[in-house]
Amino acid sequence: MIPSSFDYTAPSSLDEALKLLHDLGDDAKILAGGHSLIPMMKLRFAEPEHLIDLNNIPGLSYLKIEGGMLKIGAMTREVETEESVEVAVHFPIFADVAKLIADPQVRNFGTLGGNLAHGDAANDQPAVMLALNASVEIAGLDGRRTVGIDDFFYGFYSTAVQEGEILTEILIPIPTGRSGNAYHKVERKVGDYATGGVAVHLELDEQGICTKAGIGLTNVNPTPLRAVRSEAALVGTSLDVDAIASAAQYASEDCNPSSDLRGDIDYKRHIIRAVTKKMINKAKQRAFKN
Amino acid sequence: MIQCKTSKEISGMGHSMKRKEDDRFIHGKGNYTDDVKLPGTLYMDIVRSPYAYAKIKNIDSSEALKIPGVLAVVTGKDLEQYNLHWMPTLMSDTQMVLPVDTVMYQAQEVAAVIATEKYIARDAREAVKVEYEVMKPVVDPFKSLDADAPILRTDKPDKKDNHIWHWEVGQKEETEKIFQEAEVTVKEQMHIPRIHVASIETCGCVASYDKVDNHLTMYMTTQAPHAIRTVFALVAGHVGLTEEKIRVISPDIGGGFGGKVPVYPGYVIAIAASFLIGKPVKWIEDRSENLQADSFARDYHITAELAGTKDGKILATRMKVLADHGYTDASANPSKFPTGMFSIGTGSYDYPNAFMEADAVYTNKPPGGVAYRCSFRVTEAVHAIERITDRFALEIGKDPAALRFQNFIKKEQFPYHSPTGWEYDSGDYEAGLKLAMKGVDYDNLRIEQAEKRKKGELMGIGLSTFTEIVGAGPSKDFDILGIKMFDSAEIRVHPTGKAIARFGTKSQGQGHETTYAQIIAEELGIPAKDIQIEEGDTDTAPYGLGTYASRSTPTAGAAAVMAARKLRDKAKKIAAYLLEVSEDDLEWEPGKFSVKGAPEKSKTIQEIIFASYTNHPQGMEAGFEATHYYDPPNLTFPSGAYICVVDIDSDTFEIKVRRFVAIDDAGHIINPMIAQGQVHGGLTQGIAPAMYEELIYDDDGNILNGTLMDYLVPTAVESPSWETGHTVTPSPHHPIGAKGIGESPTVGAPPAIANAIVDALKPYGITHLDIPITPYKIFKALKEKGVLDKNIVES
Repeated sequence: MIPSSFDYTAPSSLDEALKLLHDLGDDAKILAGGHSLIPMMKLRFAEPEHLIDLNNIPGLSYLKIEGGMLKIGAMTREVETEESVEVAVHFPIFADVAKLIADPQVRNFGTLGGNLAHGDAANDQPAVMLALNASVEIAGLDGRRTVGIDDFFYGFYSTAVQEGEILTEILIPIPTGRSGNAYHKVERKVGDYATGGVAVHLELDEQGICTKAGIGLTNVNPTPLRAVRSEAALVGTSLDVDAIASAAQYASEDCNPSSDLRGDIDYKRHIIRAVTKKMINKAKQRAFKN
Repeated sequence: MIQCKTSKEISGMGHSMKRKEDDRFIHGKGNYTDDVKLPGTLYMDIVRSPYAYAKIKNIDSSEALKIPGVLAVVTGKDLEQYNLHWMPTLMSDTQMVLPVDTVMYQAQEVAAVIATEKYIARDAREAVKVEYEVMKPVVDPFKSLDADAPILRTDKPDKKDNHIWHWEVGQKEETEKIFQEAEVTVKEQMHIPRIHVASIETCGCVASYDKVDNHLTMYMTTQAPHAIRTVFALVAGHVGLTEEKIRVISPDIGGGFGGKVPVYPGYVIAIAASFLIGKPVKWIEDRSENLQADSFARDYHITAELAGTKDGKILATRMKVLADHGYTDASANPSKFPTGMFSIGTGSYDYPNAFMEADAVYTNKPPGGVAYRCSFRVTEAVHAIERITDRFALEIGKDPAALRFQNFIKKEQFPYHSPTGWEYDSGDYEAGLKLAMKGVDYDNLRIEQAEKRKKGELMGIGLSTFTEIVGAGPSKDFDILGIKMFDSAEIRVHPTGKAIARFGTKSQGQGHETTYAQIIAEELGIPAKDIQIEEGDTDTAPYGLGTYASRSTPTAGAAAVMAARKLRDKAKKIAAYLLEVSEDDLEWEPGKFSVKGAPEKSKTIQEIIFASYTNHPQGMEAGFEATHYYDPPNLTFPSGAYICVVDIDSDTFEIKVRRFVAIDDAGHIINPMIAQGQVHGGLTQGIAPAMYEELIYDDDGNILNGTLMDYLVPTAVESPSWETGHTVTPSPHHPIGAKGIGESPTVGAPPAIANAIVDALKPYGITHLDIPITPYKIFKALKEKGVLDKNIVES
């Protein structure tokens, strides 16, 4: 790769990183796993003057269950959620999604924090976080704040992480009852961005009635999209064939895909409908096994 | 199983000897062009056109030249002073090195920056400002001959349209008559898409011109170093670079597949820059440049037709091709064959008559037409015949396997004369297909398919029983720029019995360092591990035409046999002298001559070789060396029977290749492990165009998938677990009965996959889909048939 020239700093603490970020302003970019930023620098779509590398900062990579929450450090690599037995108990969806993110080399280095903070609706984790109703901790020189996932994605490459701030942690509520979740995307080949992807999280009561439903869609909207009507179509039902068909239909109607080499709008809506149905069924099966 | 005549110690033919070159590669000690580091090297980067067709109004280099470390910006006007701005293509057309006034395709070279570092060169590339006047390009080849289409090659004063050439072969009138009278005729329009070899290593060079000695050493990624040296001498001889002053070295190559046969402008610009500055100039393409600007492959629009009887006898085929060559005909074909070996298009079937014709046109796209792992347009021909054969089976309601058995050229018909003029050397097509059907359990698959169809599930079975034509070629018909397509081997055996052998070919991963050594081991009984193989240096290796078109084993491999046999004849004379018997009293077993009836009286090949330097008969030339230039009497005709099974998701139309059984017949096999590896790689490059790869251009000539993010090269994940096997039908004219294996799988796999997918969709009235067949394409086809939302989605 032959990028434009840039300066590089690898601070050893979060405070130091935040100070640097504050001082350098928008000439600086944060380097986490680098698997979105570096390809852009290679093509010179991104030409930051400074890179602030977070990889030497201790304490930003962890998976822990605490206070009814799964907490994921921003620098946690994709591979760690893919392989964690602890995470898989409640969230088999992470193994689903990680396996579909690029290739093993990318997953060994790409981070969950970077995946979200990049603000790309084509990334897979945003839809998962929407389905799981996550929240995100953001640190600045003035302290830390928490933002719900529905308020996180602003637009193309734009998120609630403001200038001078760094995403530090992802928090996911752990379901108390029966639950199941699943993710799939249709991709042209391994490593491709999704033609369309669907994340589904379901919680059921003892009678098998759906109490909570979260559905996130990948790459069919300028921002990662919550399928609100689809979720509503499931809650209160026994997840019967009709309810699932309605939810799938709503998802296909409510997304806003654009036509590209992956397919036209009709095709993408078709994919969203088909995959939503498949993923609701898969999440439901997993919930009934719990 | 393959019978070996030699011991494992000798490892001649048939031994799965581990590849000698792999030690180097797996230790990271390969030496590729970009690894060549000469003192004082300068770096070149290329400014490329953002437009497909435009006039160059002005090139402003001033800002670039201000960047510290930038030495020069070379333009077409600079080269024009030395008459180096155009160069010939292999098909005797002309191609710009750098444009003086007009760019003809997006990503075409416009200017070259020379700097002390590659990073500086890239910065300077961005700083060169070019002013263009954009013109409406010709993108669609079907419109290139329209009366209102702009004439692209205004550099050719006599050119009044965009037509390049017309070609035809076969029995035109007879074929037409058969089609008029036939009980059944079928016809499909097919596009064999424009694809790219996308080898792991991109192209590049280090041009090192020594001003004092007036000598150029050119390290470069080329599959044909000797021919390239001759081309350079023809291009640059007038400025003093005559052929004896040019040394081309082709170091390790990370995949060629035909894409490293052409002379790209970058090579010539680097030579010009080194010539003018007097320092080494390195140019290494990046991935996007490689994909967007280097020669494409395929891009044939074919109308394929077949006439036959209701009960399945095929009578004639007719094929009409429109070939999109981009702005110049830079195909890599033998000179007399503008469509390469496309006339192999009657395939493995006994056609009484056939007629094929082609027209080539200019468009505003990159030039090319390289033989991507394919012996010159064979892939296109095989796809057409295998698809239209299945189409015919569908039309008359006959099983495609039964139809093939009915029409195969029979074993006893060889040598077989095809209606398009070829003499097939040997083949046993029935045996191959029977083995493949047994391997895949064909009959049970058809039962399973019938059951699945009742449930609305999409499962398909596809066959491809192809004949390849490789090993170009006999000198009476085959040349490139007038140079006959022989190839060469030179064997030098040292006094201690170890050898070095050099060849006119050039391995790019094929394993020549092992297989050539095994051929010589077979003939001389010297252990293959004791034979060092060298290729790619024009100062040391004998002249040859290089490695492509599966020609290395048929030509240079045969040359090695002939040279080794000359040495064995000499060895026999020496053995007779040493053993004090007549030559007629000697018998040979690999590695030694012994006296008939007295096996204890013998001389090993090593003893004989030592004697050739220390105790040779008076009057005999000393030493143990031989050279042979092999002119093949005919081409070789490998064949294969491939069966592919696919499952298609009935909701998302995602395609899974469940099984792929490939039975190849390449005659005698030199190294079964290497042959199998070749088949695995080739099959993967077969699923590539069948399901993934196509270079796509919009109406303005912009490439829409010019990076590997969108040009979809399949990986291990997309590859099924290949099931391979072989039958052995030796070539009667090749000295060791070998035919060549490297390209068969790439040629034979795409129609097997396409046939399987179309077969899966048969219940919905789909008779043909162009490759690459993607889930999106299936969706569109089903939507067009009006079957979506009814039969499939709600099932």
